[in-house]
Amino acid sequence: MRRIHTQITFCLVLLILALLPIGLMGQTPSQASPGLEQRLAALETAAKNASPINTGDNAWMLTSTGLVLMMTAPGLILFYGGLVRRKNVLGTMMHSLVLMSLMSLAWVVYGYSMAFGEGHPLVGNPMQYFMLKGVGANPNPDYAATIPHQTFMLFQMMFAIITPALISGAVAERIRFNAYILFMLLWATLVYFPLAHAVWGKGGLFNWALGGKIPVLDFAGGTVVHISSGVAALVCAVVLGKRSGYPREPMLPHNVVFSLIGTGLLWFGWFGFNAGSAVNAGSLATSAIAATHFSAAAAALSWCGIEWLLKGKPSVLGVASGMVAGLATITPASGFVSIPAALLIGFVGGAVCYFAVSHLKAHFGYDDSLDVFGVHGVGSTVGMLLLGVFANPEINPALASTFIVDGKPFPISGGFTQFLNQLKGVLITAVWSAAVSFVLLKVIGKLTELRVNEEDESLGLDLSEHGERAYND
Amino acid sequence: MKKIDAIIKPFKLNDVKLALNDAGIQGMTVTEVKGFGRQKGHTEIYRGSEYTVDFLPKVKIELVLPDDQIHTAVEAIIKAAKTGKIGDGKVFVYHVEQAIRIRTDERGDAAV
Repeated sequence: MRRIHTQITFCLVLLILALLPIGLMGQTPSQASPGLEQRLAALETAAKNASPINTGDNAWMLTSTGLVLMMTAPGLILFYGGLVRRKNVLGTMMHSLVLMSLMSLAWVVYGYSMAFGEGHPLVGNPMQYFMLKGVGANPNPDYAATIPHQTFMLFQMMFAIITPALISGAVAERIRFNAYILFMLLWATLVYFPLAHAVWGKGGLFNWALGGKIPVLDFAGGTVVHISSGVAALVCAVVLGKRSGYPREPMLPHNVVFSLIGTGLLWFGWFGFNAGSAVNAGSLATSAIAATHFSAAAAALSWCGIEWLLKGKPSVLGVASGMVAGLATITPASGFVSIPAALLIGFVGGAVCYFAVSHLKAHFGYDDSLDVFGVHGVGSTVGMLLLGVFANPEINPALASTFIVDGKPFPISGGFTQFLNQLKGVLITAVWSAAVSFVLLKVIGKLTELRVNEEDESLGLDLSEHGERAYND
Repeated sequence: MKKIDAIIKPFKLNDVKLALNDAGIQGMTVTEVKGFGRQKGHTEIYRGSEYTVDFLPKVKIELVLPDDQIHTAVEAIIKAAKTGKIGDGKVFVYHVEQAIRIRTDERGDAAV
């Protein structure tokens, strides 16, 4: 048998070699050299028929799409999973995992259209791209002129997955799974999709580049992703109430190593999150990666330094938390600021987040279990406001001429006016997310129990909600 | 026959085992346990918040010996496990009713 296979392979190779000259002959250029007219005509035709797709841009955006998905799993599931007690690790990971599926489906049906369809300043038309109708290989020049519209849609979908997943850290170890699913689906529909439209959608209220009224700068989702989820997390923590025993019993992270691996994956994935938001593979993407990286580095140092001074020991989880805080802080600013500004933003972000997590939470006594508000909400607010000070048209030339007021370009740069615009963006996002989250929790609370009962809570969500245990020996 | 329960600091386990071997005593059962007495707990810091952890890791050694070996064993354990600081642990000695070696059905001192 084996000999016959070898013989067949050999014959095939011979056949291909024999056919090769015929193929090459077809490509031989004609001998007569064309005149200038002919060459010009050929050039014009080629230019007219040239694909608008830049394969380099598309390659980077597809890579970024993967990187941002990786932030949810395994990034966030490890980061959050390590911080909870061992009886809740699967439940906590499930909170993020299930959204990879749930949000993807909502995105296909109406989510993308609500976020990026045209329509009202606060929400896109859910029918325009219903079931992703018309979202194909051709670019959408408003959003990204050099990549397929479909690539843009996929990249943005990953943001719709990780944003609600961030909230899950505030409800960890006590929320009922069915209430969780209901809340997340409605929250994405009434908070995330509309906010994404307001900031990034054509004609969105805050969209300085595409016909918005208030020029709120938010490169990669400081308002849409981090402030909206951070504020919703705070509301969830307050409405749901504390975990039983909190803060009397210590509820220690069951595996800090998980959280550290998650931190590394988050940082890596964040390059796609922030630099991918340039929607091309040009120098703006590079500048966004640089800002992202240096902010995270500075924030880790400030968080850890303060902890070392105040508590006597530089904790490893402190360094990791500082890194995540620095990444959340720089997110809105990443495509608009210079490296020194990014270092300063990160440094301030790390310090402010440290005090939000260690003092603010203790002072008010809410149980934001994994510090979603303290890190993402507070951090990104710092980033949004400092961006108002440091926005730099030399880093992002679009700032000089893209925002249109009364038909004329209105240059944007750091200063008091832009600081106020950023503040408006932060406040409107926070109030919107807080109000809708509160109403949703109250309504869902009428339909079903939000929390597991005390016995199930003490048993752990892994067993009570999912019938599984993470560690079986 | 008597039984010794010794609760000691985990890092002293090897010293205690060697001391018992040197005293001619073989065989013991070791369990990792948690507990606290006068030592109370210790403090751990996560994200800037301090938590008091009451239960500290300890090691419990169990031995059953003929009466004439008890004194030697207890002295060996105390000598090897002592650091002089709070939290060194405790030794308890109990009477044992009966001991049986399952393989041979031997009873009493012959079984331990």
